Amino acid sequence: MKTAYALFRPGGHLGLASIGVVVASFVVFEISGALAEEKDAGAGQIRQSTYAALAEAPEKARVKKNPLEGDAEAVAVGAKLFEQHCAECHGRNAGGTKKGPSLLREEVHQATPGTLFWILTNGVVRRGMPVWSKLPEQQRWQIVTFLKSSTAQSESPQSAKPAPH
Amino acid sequence: MEIRTEESIVAHLISEAIRQKFPGRILIAMIFSLLFCRSSLVLAQESPYIVTYNHYLEEPGSLEVEYFSTFGTQRGGNDFHAFWAEFEYGATAWWTTELYLDGQTTFHDSTVFTGFRWENRLRLLQREHLVNPVLYIEYEQISGADKILKEIEGHDGESDSADSNAALRKEHKHELELKLLLSSTFKGWNVAVNPIVAKNLLPSEPWEFAYAIGASRPLTLKASPNRCNFCLENFVAGVEMYGGLGNTRSLGLHDTSHYLAPALAWNLPSDWTFRLSSGFGLNDNSHRLLLRWGISREFSGFGEMVRRWFGGQR
Repeated sequence: MKTAYALFRPGGHLGLASIGVVVASFVVFEISGALAEEKDAGAGQIRQSTYAALAEAPEKARVKKNPLEGDAEAVAVGAKLFEQHCAECHGRNAGGTKKGPSLLREEVHQATPGTLFWILTNGVVRRGMPVWSKLPEQQRWQIVTFLKSSTAQSESPQSAKPAPH
Repeated sequence: MEIRTEESIVAHLISEAIRQKFPGRILIAMIFSLLFCRSSLVLAQESPYIVTYNHYLEEPGSLEVEYFSTFGTQRGGNDFHAFWAEFEYGATAWWTTELYLDGQTTFHDSTVFTGFRWENRLRLLQREHLVNPVLYIEYEQISGADKILKEIEGHDGESDSADSNAALRKEHKHELELKLLLSSTFKGWNVAVNPIVAKNLLPSEPWEFAYAIGASRPLTLKASPNRCNFCLENFVAGVEMYGGLGNTRSLGLHDTSHYLAPALAWNLPSDWTFRLSSGFGLNDNSHRLLLRWGISREFSGFGEMVRRWFGGQR
């Protein structure tokens, strides 16, 4: 009890640390918020460039074959992995959220499995998508197999346009 | 609806704490609200490393709250239990910031708060490469009684922590620590190498050098279709080695300590991760055993939630 009092008493180390935490948190949230705002500005442009990342995949990656293509189990596993790792940003039905774009759009549907695998591996760090190479290669292919099995849906007439290549 | 209700309670708790000007209560209110709030289902994919860092950062907007314990044997003194809490926040996809609060109990002596650390990790390259560099910058303000042994630097050795807490607490350290986190993932294996330099900010103190290396791999690479706690895919096994390399006055391995630590991480589908590591001292200058364990939980969407608490629109 005595120890606990010493830690929490006014002017104690933990009291000072608490102030530090609150100030540091405020700074971090403000900076990350400002970065997010910058991303939100001109949402149309950002959206376009988000999908444009698909076109950045090198040819070698683009033509890579999905080793699990047509594997029904891979679709089921991919759905589970998608829910665990991707749904937070891309939505449970992959339709997109404020944090991440829809994966049901024509651009994604038309992308090769190799391209999606490349995006998953490298992320789009400047747009907030982290790299997912920490998932083993097989699991990344399982997610790609699930995504390719999902039906492409048009969100708007504009979304029907193919991704710029 | 349920989430909104929880959020409004949390917002009320925090605004009350602010109104009454109790920063300690703000922190406590935030921690407790985190424990009880709901977060989206995100399976953490944590490595088993406790000392070594790989190049993977926290997902943007996510907060990981971690608690770690280290039980250490001590020759010429009392064994100890050191513990620390970590609050790791993904500010962006290329920047993770983290706060540590350290403490320890030395058996037959006392329990003390030993200081705090603030670390930042910055991803240097946008894409994945064979070797991925991340810059690590940490400021720490700790006392000589700090025994979490998260970094073994310079000529650190077992005898440094043999004194009583009262004696050790007289020493105050303001340190800057820089690491280059080099990490590579191939065929499911992750290999990480961390060269470390640290400087006590007193001008008279030398630069100290250290290293940490690690290798890890999930127990199976293919996921199973079922949601399960005990599937092999949820376990990642690895080994770490870390130690000091002397300082600018006396570079080399003499009077340094080194550890080899097998480690295991268990990532549960319910967002929780458990880690266990037992470090064995490799020379006479090292503690014989550093048994470490940790528990962590990831709160995705934490950044959004906090902005809503403070009336933000996003």
